[in-house]
Amino acid sequence: MNFDLTEEQHLVADTVRSFVERELYPLEQQVERLGDVPREMARDIQRKVIDLGFHAPNIPEEFGGGGLDHLTFALLERELGRTSMALNHWWYRPSNILCAANTEQRERYLLPCVRGERMDALAMTEPDAGSDVRGMKCFARRDGDDWIVNGTKHFISHADWADFVIVFIATGEEARGRKRITCFLVDRGTPGFDIRLGYNSVSHRGYHNCILTFDDCRLPASQILGEEGQGFEVANEWLYATRLTVATMSVGRARRAFDLALNYAAQRKQFGQQIGKFQGVSFKLADLITSIDAADLLTLSAAWRLDRKLPANREIAQAKLFATEMLARVTDEAIQIHGGMGLMDDLPLERFWRDARVERIWDGTSEIQRHIISRELLRPLGA
Amino acid sequence: MKILVPVKRVVDYNVKVRVKADGTGVETAGVKMSMNPFDEIAVEEAVRLKEKGIATEIVAVSLGIAACAETIRTALAMGADRGILVETDVDLQPLAVAKLLKALAEREQPGLMILGKQAIDDDMSSTGQMLAALLGWPQGTFASKLVFENGGLTVTREVDGGLETVALSLPAIVTTDLRLNEPRYASLPNIMKARKKPIETLKPADLGVDPAPRLTVLKVVEPAKRKAGAKVGSVAELVQKLRTEAKVI
Repeated sequence: MNFDLTEEQHLVADTVRSFVERELYPLEQQVERLGDVPREMARDIQRKVIDLGFHAPNIPEEFGGGGLDHLTFALLERELGRTSMALNHWWYRPSNILCAANTEQRERYLLPCVRGERMDALAMTEPDAGSDVRGMKCFARRDGDDWIVNGTKHFISHADWADFVIVFIATGEEARGRKRITCFLVDRGTPGFDIRLGYNSVSHRGYHNCILTFDDCRLPASQILGEEGQGFEVANEWLYATRLTVATMSVGRARRAFDLALNYAAQRKQFGQQIGKFQGVSFKLADLITSIDAADLLTLSAAWRLDRKLPANREIAQAKLFATEMLARVTDEAIQIHGGMGLMDDLPLERFWRDARVERIWDGTSEIQRHIISRELLRPLGA
Repeated sequence: MKILVPVKRVVDYNVKVRVKADGTGVETAGVKMSMNPFDEIAVEEAVRLKEKGIATEIVAVSLGIAACAETIRTALAMGADRGILVETDVDLQPLAVAKLLKALAEREQPGLMILGKQAIDDDMSSTGQMLAALLGWPQGTFASKLVFENGGLTVTREVDGGLETVALSLPAIVTTDLRLNEPRYASLPNIMKARKKPIETLKPADLGVDPAPRLTVLKVVEPAKRKAGAKVGSVAELVQKLRTEAKVI
């Protein structure tokens, strides 16, 4: 078994890390205070990333992207995860699902995203359809060659920055009453389609969730991504790997929180000695780094399996489950090691702690991940 | 014009260095290593000169253990064309480095060598000067600006009390100061291209140089802890303390 990274992989990770530390860390406080990324700042980050040839690193080279394999991309995302979602979003990674676009859609959606001219968002969740995605109520009925859409989506990340949204909509029912789901490309400004800011979240300030409403919104059939009724098939093929993102980013952020705690434990003195010399603190550090390394290895090995086209469904779910629960523990204990100071916004720890909360919920809750893992185990046994 | 740029593998500038328990040196086991920041500035300057059409080829050189190839690869990802690794386990001191670089200069015949003004590990700041003396080349050290004109090179140097400008004939040695430029990040296309760029590996014996240390390190210790400062109540008290305690006025 070979745990070595290639020189290129080291260089990619080191470059992203330096960029994040030097260019993005200094902006974090401002973004937290504003609860937003000013347009100028966002464009500036994106332009720098384009100049570095690192824009759209997940998209294949044939479409003008960076063409990174899953493992190298996981390393990149791990380093991006060190900073806030609001900032690292501008190291733009268009949704992989756009690779399912036909030739005409490619020109209008995928390629402009790769060039940094347009930006996507992806909409699945509804007020009454969270983990039960197929329970969605947003519905399109056929009208000649067009589809008329009505319904609501919510918790749609960064849709306020999006020029178009990739939306999953029910387009009928199959024999057994299962809904047929179709994936549509919907441009901002389409009559009957509205994007507005959603709720104030405790996690990831400045990275907004939005509410989308469709009110007799007419979409021509040419806006369907993939085939009618094949929405989940398209999603499973292209969104499968992106679920690993939450795990990789959690590992990066946990390492940053851990480093703060480690250094503090080595410096802070109480009762005449460094607090790291007290077993109550040193054993915490031992447990934390062990769980971070374990999450890192789970995550990288899932990415490695994707590169080798091995089954990775269970491994991705395990990485997502373990890494996000690990992040919650690490950020919580990093605050505990800092004592009261850890709660103050002079340090980024209270932010990491808040941000960590959503990671166990979005992109499939911990419970859904456990469901996926156990199903993979039990199904072959007929249970 | 060919430019030779030596790059040194040092403890990353973000790492808080610690003295080894036995006092023989600085702990490097398990510590993140990177290119010396002044050498990054040297590589950046060479790449800019190539982009301006002044340089035609950039050769990145590193001397030391096999892992120094990573440092060369970083230079290649920034835009250097090829690398030379002089591999040795010997602890290299500035004179040995200067001798090895002299031998490489004679072999490669560069029009210019750009070095960092010092390495952030030992802060010796002597390799560039020794190399210039050994080669008999002019030197422009602590450079904050380079201008090429009429077949020569004008170097603005950061010296105590201001800026000094010197004119050099080529070939020459330049060492970089902090303000010469701001090094770029390696771009993704260049990282991918770097893999295909060649790195030649030599031994000191191939260059006819004995790299054995000429200096003996007696011991390495942590800097003395700074004592806590004092607050003064007024300007008058400050002046009085500067006069009677600090004795600086």
